[in-house]
Amino acid sequence: MTKIKSLFISLLLTLGVSSAIAGSHGSTLDLVKERGKLMCGSNTGLAGFGAPNDAGVWEGIDVDVCRAVAAAVFGDASKVEYVPTTSKVRFTVLQSGEIDMLSRNTTWTLSRDVDLGLEFVGVNYYDGQGFMVPASLGVNSAMELDGASVCIQVGTTTEMNLADFFKANGMSYESVPVETNSEADAAYTAGRCDVYTTDASGLYASRAGYPDPSAHVVLPEIVSKEPLGPAVRHGDSEWADIVRWSLNAMIIGEELGITSGNVDEMMSSNNPEVLRLLGAEPGYGAMLGLSDDWAANILSQVGNYSESFEKHIGPNTPINIQRGLNALYKDGGILYAPPFR
Amino acid sequence: MQTNFLRKIIFDEKSRSLLIQTLVIGLFALFIYLIAQQTAYNLEKRGISSGFDFLNLSAGYDISIRLIPFTSEDTHFRAYFVGLLNTLMIAVCGCFLATIIGFLVGVIRLSSNWLFRNIAYVYVEFTRNVPVLLQIILYYSILLHLPKIKQAIEIFDGFFLTNRGFFSPSPIFKEGFSLVLWSFLIAIIASILIKKILKKKQEQTGQQYPIFLINSALIIFTPILVYYIMGRPLEFDAPVLKGFNFKGGMVIRPEFLGMLFGLSIYTAAFISETVRSGIIAVSKGQREASQALGLKNNLVMRLIVIPQALRVIIPPLTSQYLNLTKNSSLGIAIGYADLVHGFGGISLNQTGRAIEIMLMVMLTYLTISLTISLFMNIYNKSVQFKGNA
Repeated sequence: MTKIKSLFISLLLTLGVSSAIAGSHGSTLDLVKERGKLMCGSNTGLAGFGAPNDAGVWEGIDVDVCRAVAAAVFGDASKVEYVPTTSKVRFTVLQSGEIDMLSRNTTWTLSRDVDLGLEFVGVNYYDGQGFMVPASLGVNSAMELDGASVCIQVGTTTEMNLADFFKANGMSYESVPVETNSEADAAYTAGRCDVYTTDASGLYASRAGYPDPSAHVVLPEIVSKEPLGPAVRHGDSEWADIVRWSLNAMIIGEELGITSGNVDEMMSSNNPEVLRLLGAEPGYGAMLGLSDDWAANILSQVGNYSESFEKHIGPNTPINIQRGLNALYKDGGILYAPPFR
Repeated sequence: MQTNFLRKIIFDEKSRSLLIQTLVIGLFALFIYLIAQQTAYNLEKRGISSGFDFLNLSAGYDISIRLIPFTSEDTHFRAYFVGLLNTLMIAVCGCFLATIIGFLVGVIRLSSNWLFRNIAYVYVEFTRNVPVLLQIILYYSILLHLPKIKQAIEIFDGFFLTNRGFFSPSPIFKEGFSLVLWSFLIAIIASILIKKILKKKQEQTGQQYPIFLINSALIIFTPILVYYIMGRPLEFDAPVLKGFNFKGGMVIRPEFLGMLFGLSIYTAAFISETVRSGIIAVSKGQREASQALGLKNNLVMRLIVIPQALRVIIPPLTSQYLNLTKNSSLGIAIGYADLVHGFGGISLNQTGRAIEIMLMVMLTYLTISLTISLFMNIYNKSVQFKGNA
C-alpha cells in the first residue's frame, strides 16, 4: 500500500511541477531581475564573437551585447551567465525559456522570425557567406570549386545557401556535415574537405586560430546576406525593446562620439541627444522600465559599438576584419540606429 | 447490496488489484493527455507553428551519403527516407560484421591456444568497457589521418585509400548481364534441390555425398560460364583523380567506415561473450557422447554443440542487435547522415518542428526494433527444442 501511496504522490508532484513550469509566464524583465543575472545564449566558441579567453572570461562582440543588456538592467555588465549553444539547439534553448536572449552570430531570416516564435531585435554584424580554401590549391574564385568536398556546419542558413550556389552555377560538391566550429576546423585542416564555408566572419575567426593562417585564403565571393543579431522570445515586447535599445545605445554612442573613457565628461555636453542618451535628461529609462543611467552604464562598462568592434575583431586583432558594411551609415557602411528621442 | 460490492472490492484480492491497476492506467493516460494538451497550448501561446505539412516543403540541403537520389529540391519527407535507409544500411552491415567477429572471438576464447585465447580476452575486456561513442570517434579520427586525396594510396588497380573514403571501380552492367544473375539464382535453387535429394539418399543407403563441394561448384561456376557465353557483359568504371576529387567509381565514406568499425567491434565483444556462454552451456556429456560415436571434431561442433548452443545464444543476441541499431544514432557525432543526423537534425533545424520530427524518428526506431525482435523471435522458435523433450 505504501508503494501505491508513493506512486500517487509522485504522480501528483509531476503534474504539479509540469503545470508550474507552464504557468510561469511573467515578464522576462521581472524574471531576470529576480534571478539577479542574465542568462545569455552564446556560441560554443567563436573567436572574436563569443568565446572564453585564457582566463575563462567570455569575450567578443556578440558577448558585448549580452553585457550591454546586463549593464542596462543591473548597472553591472558582469551579471551574465553564458549558455554555450550549438547552431542546432540555439532556438530550442531560447524557446524553452532556458535563456533570456540569444546573442550568437545568428542570421535574421523570415522563417526564424515568424515561424519559430522568435523576435530578432536588430543587427550587430552584417555578414555574408564566404569560402575558405588552402592557398596551396591555387583556387582564386568560388566558381572554380566544381567537384570539391565542402565542410559545413549543420542546421544553418549556410547549408541552404551552399546548395543554392552550387546548383545555380551548375556545379557539384560533396557536403561534409559537421556539428560545431571546432569540428569543422578539425575536418578542414585534416584535408577531409577542400573548402570550409560559413559566414565570412567565422572564416576569419577560424583562420586566426590555425597554426599558419597565411596558408589559407578566403575567396572573394560572398554568396549571401547574413545579418547577424540578437534574438528574444516572441510575445514579450517590453523585453525585446530593452535588448533592441541596448544594442542601439552602443551604435548611437559611436555616432555621438561617446566612449567608455569620456562618459562622465559627456554628461555636461551641449548636445541634447547626448543628454537624453546618458540620462542627464531624465525620463527615457523609465519608458523601458529601467533606471535613467541605463545607457550610460552600457557605454561606460561595455563601450560603444566601435570600441567593441576594434577590441574583438578589428584590424588590430588576430581576426583582422575591416569595418566594411559594419561602419556607420555616415562612414560608408549600413550601420544605422533609429534616433534616440 | 452496496456494502457487499464495496466489501468485495476492498477485501477480495483479485478485484482489488484489478481496481488499482485500472486506476493507475487511467491516471497514466490522464497524465499523458495533460502533457500533450499543455504542450500544444504552450506552443500556440509562444507563436510556434506545428503540424506535419512541412514534410512536403523542399529540404534545401544536400546529403552526400545516400542510397537513393536526393537533391536540395527534394522534400523533407524524402530526406527522411534517405536517412532511414542510411540507418538501416549501417544497422544491417554492423549486425552482420559484429556477428562474424563475435562468433570467431567467442570460439577463440574457448580455444586451447594460450596466446589466441588471451588476445581475445584483452579485446573483449577493452572494447566492452570503453564507451562506444569514444570508439567511433577514435576510428573516425584514424580514418581522417589516412593520406590526403592528392597522395591517395593505390592498393590494387583502381582501388584507392584516402581520408575521403575508399574508392573502387564501379560495375557497369551491359545487355545480357541479367541472364548471369538469373543463372546464379537458378543455381542456388538447384543446389537446394540437390541437397534434399542427396540427403534422402544418404538416409536410405548410408552413403555420404560431398554435398557442399558439389553445390559450391554449381553456384560458382554456372554464372561464370553464362558470363563468358554472353560475351562478358560487365565493365568497370575506375575512379580517376580529377580536380578536387576522384571522378567515377564508387566510394565508401570514412563516416560510414568509422560507424561500421565502432559499432561492430564494440557489439562483437558482447556477442562473443554470448557465444562463449552458449557453447559452455552445452553439457560436456553431449560432446563426449558424440566423440564416443566416432564423429570428427568439426562435426561435433556443427551437428551437436552449435545447434544446442543457439538456443542459449539467440535471445541475448537479439538484444545486441537492438543495441547496435539504436547506437547507430551516434552517427551524429561524426557526420554520418543517418535518420537522427539528417532528418532529425538538419530538417528539424530548418523547420523548427522539434516535436513532430522527434516523434517520427522515435516511432521509426521503435518500428525497426520491434521488427528485429519479431524476426529474431521467429528464428529463436525454430531452434528451440521440438516435441516434448
